[in-house]
This record gives sequence, C-alpha cells and structure tokens, in this order.
Amino acid sequence: MKSSEITPEATYLNRRNFLKASIWAGATLATVGTYRAFSPRTAARNDGATLATIGKSEAPTIGADESVNSFEDIAGYNNYYEFSTDKAEVAGKARHFITRPWTVEVGGLVQQPKTFDLDNLLKFPQVERVYRFRCVEGWSMVIPWVGFPLRELLARVQPLGSASHVAFETYYDLKRMPDSDSAGIDLPYVEGLRLDEAMHPLTLLATGLYGKTLPNQNGAPVRLVVPWKYGFKSIKSLVRITLSERQPPTTWNLANAAEYGFYSNVNPAVTHPRWSQESERRIGESRMRATLPFNGYAAEVAGLYAGMDLRKHF
Amino acid sequence: MTSLARDAEFQKRLFFIQSILPLGLIAWDWSWGKLGANPVEFVTRTTGVLALVFLVITLLVTPLRKLLGWTWLARHRRTFGLFTFFYGALHALTYLVFDRALRWSTVPGDVWERPFIAVGALAFLLMVPLAVTSTNAMIKRLGGKAWTRLHRLTYVVAVAGAVHYWMIVKSDIRWPAAFGAAVALLLGYRVLALRKPLPSPVPSL
Repeated sequence: MKSSEITPEATYLNRRNFLKASIWAGATLATVGTYRAFSPRTAARNDGATLATIGKSEAPTIGADESVNSFEDIAGYNNYYEFSTDKAEVAGKARHFITRPWTVEVGGLVQQPKTFDLDNLLKFPQVERVYRFRCVEGWSMVIPWVGFPLRELLARVQPLGSASHVAFETYYDLKRMPDSDSAGIDLPYVEGLRLDEAMHPLTLLATGLYGKTLPNQNGAPVRLVVPWKYGFKSIKSLVRITLSERQPPTTWNLANAAEYGFYSNVNPAVTHPRWSQESERRIGESRMRATLPFNGYAAEVAGLYAGMDLRKHF
Repeated sequence: MTSLARDAEFQKRLFFIQSILPLGLIAWDWSWGKLGANPVEFVTRTTGVLALVFLVITLLVTPLRKLLGWTWLARHRRTFGLFTFFYGALHALTYLVFDRALRWSTVPGDVWERPFIAVGALAFLLMVPLAVTSTNAMIKRLGGKAWTRLHRLTYVVAVAGAVHYWMIVKSDIRWPAAFGAAVALLLGYRVLALRKPLPSPVPSL
C-alpha cells in the first residue's frame, strides 16, 4: 500500500467529527420533532361573527370562587371525535368546516314539523348563559354561552301528547370528516333527553360563546347545552331533532352501556372505571374541585328525578 | 461506522441526552405556559407514553443484537431500562401529586374504583427491584443466572404497561393497539428465537 492511499489522521478525525455531529443533529431533530408532533400547538382565535345578544339572563350564577374560562381554553380543548380524538387537535382539524347554509330538521311526534334555517334560529331572542361544563373525563370549565332555551324551539313545532323523548343527531359526512374513521364510535353521533328535560328552562340551544358565533370545534353552528349532565350529552352541530314516544339510542351508551347511561347526570356518587367523578380539574387551575351533584344545578333540576334511583339510572 | 459502533463514550452521551431531552422539552413548554389547556393531563399522558416507548426500546436490544448483530447496543440496555423506570416514576408522581393531591388515604379507594390504575401500579412496582438491582455490584452479588431470571420481570411489566394504556382509552384504540402489537412482537420473537445464540461482542481494541 502506498502511503498516499492512507487517509491522513487529521482528515480521518475531521470526517469522524462530522459524522458524529451529523448523528447528534439528526437524533436531536428526530427527538424534538416527535415531541412537537404530539404536544399542543396553535392557540385558538376568536374569529366568529358578533352576535346581537340581549343582556344577561337570570340563569344561575357561578360561585364566588369560580371564574369564566378563557376563550383559548374553551376553543382549544375540545372533544369532537368526528374531527379528532386529540382534544388539542380538534380546532385545527375543524378549521375549514363550512357551516353555512345549515338547517335543523325538527319532526317526529309534533303537530308542525319544520326545518329551521340557521338564520331562523338566530332570530330567536339570544341570551348569554354562563354555565359550568363538566366532562365525564374529570375536567370542567365555565363557559359564557349565547343561545336560547330549547323549549322555545319545541313550542314552535308543538309536541304531541304522546311524545315523551327527544332525539338529537349531529351532522356527519366522512368526506368532510376523514379522521372520524378512527373515532371508535358509531357515527352520526346521536343523543337524547326526556321531554321534560328538553323543556327545562336551563336546556339551551347554543349558537355562540363569548358574544360571537360558535367556533367550529365547539359545535358550530348550533349545539345543545345541558349543564347538569356530562358534556357528551350536549350534542354538537345539530342537524335533526326528533320527538318520539321511546327512549332514543345514544352514542356513548351504545359504545359502552356499562359506563355511560342514558341520563348521565353529573353525579359524584356514581363511579366510573377511568375517571373519578368525586372531583374534577377545572381547566386553568391545578387543584381539584369537588364535583357537585347535578353539576351544581340540583336546586333547579333535582325535581325532574324525584323518586328515581339515580345510581341505577345513571 | 464500525469505529462509531465501538465508541462507547459517544453512544452513551448520545443516548443519555436524547433520553432526557423529552423531559427538558416538557419543562421548557411548561415554563412558557405552552402545555395546552390541561397541562396536568398532558404531562401525565406524555410521561406514561415515554415509559412505554423506553420499554419498547429496552426490549428491542436483544432482537437487534440477534438479527443485525448489533452487539454494541447491549451495553446501553441498562440506560434504556432505567429511563423506563424514570418516566414511569414521573408518571406515578403526577398521579399522586396532581390527581390525588398527596392525600394518600384516598389512593386505595381510587385504585379500587379505577382498576387500570392498579394495573399501572403493578407495572411500576415490578420495576422497582429491577432498578435497584441494575448496578454492576448487584449483578455480581446476585450472580448472572439469578439476575437474568429476576429481570425477566420486564416481560410482565411490558404486558401490564400495554394493558394499562389500553384500559384508559375511551374508544380510539390506535395507539394502545400499536404498543400492544409492539410488545407482542418483541415477546413473540423471544419465544421463537430462544435457541438462536447471541452473537458474541466485538473484541474491544
């Protein structure tokens, strides 16, 4: 071997250092990139249209030690499985969802079946309602909804005397919601209430929050809000309301009847195998709060369930 | 490349820094308030997933040694194993500090009501003797055979960890399924390759 064929030591060391530096850079990039792919990113913006609201309503107020959550929290942490099962990802995935034109078909056991255009719905006098929102997963928020009581809509269609329940259905289109494939639940999402629950003055059809139209990730353009029940009862992006004489099927109950009942009233006395329902983490706080029966609305709604065993009818 | 395969110092530094980096990133994001709306949930989930990731990496060492002859990887198995324990400990700590607020008396009842926590606790507790006996002195004291037998507990930890993840998920099972499949594959390989000899280490220079 000629001496010229031997790599000089300096060159060898340079190559070696370059190789090492490349491995360091590549590995670090991969580690940081992987972490970033799974960590929460963009903050949600409030770019909805301003809603004409008529003052605050006489809805129950929140406690002195509670405050309304920030728009960023409310619009940046969402369970909306049609778009993503990652709560921090829903806002981004739902960003381009178009919600106009939009209609809600109200029918079933009613005298006047009627299809409401979104503009019709916005003509109902809109009020602001500040409600606690308790997710079955053990976290909660306080949300300044805008909307109107569902009973006002139901009054327009005049339920028949035989109607005992109300079924709700969320918009669903796999083409516009491609990630819903891996949601692990049957879609379209369906929910239900007893008629007296639906007629309760606290039960709201929300068209907005923070004085503006609903962000897509929060269930635009119109959703149900039942503040004394776990959040999954408050069905999003409504397209159909059907009055019936039977208890309607509900999505999470169909997915796992042992864990999610038809009523799903917030109840610290009924345990869940994954989330302690005795306490909750209020978003924005690090300490846990005790969970209140009926999410703190017992005075208003406990009467609906007089004589019922709520451990059995959970 | 062969020279880098023999550069134990380089590998050690690289693996250690890359393994601790996720914790640094979490701390960085936390200090800037960038962990999203529910930071506690994010930290709990992420440390748990990291424990599973390191568990899979630890279990990958032997198959890679047998299949690709990467004998140099074996000397880092302890690092990967200890990082599994480290992230598992952080994961357990977030539960005790943030979920239970260190009210120890509430832990047994909570574990009873939520069986997935019992499975996770089992996985973590089984790692304690493994971490304790990970030093050279302890390997010597136990003797190679006994030590190896004890450290087969890793397989139980892996199964319990994957089951724990499976149990906490509501309906989208893609990630727990992926971890479950990885664990099944890595344990299955061990059964199939039981008789395949380990390639002997590269003689050191």
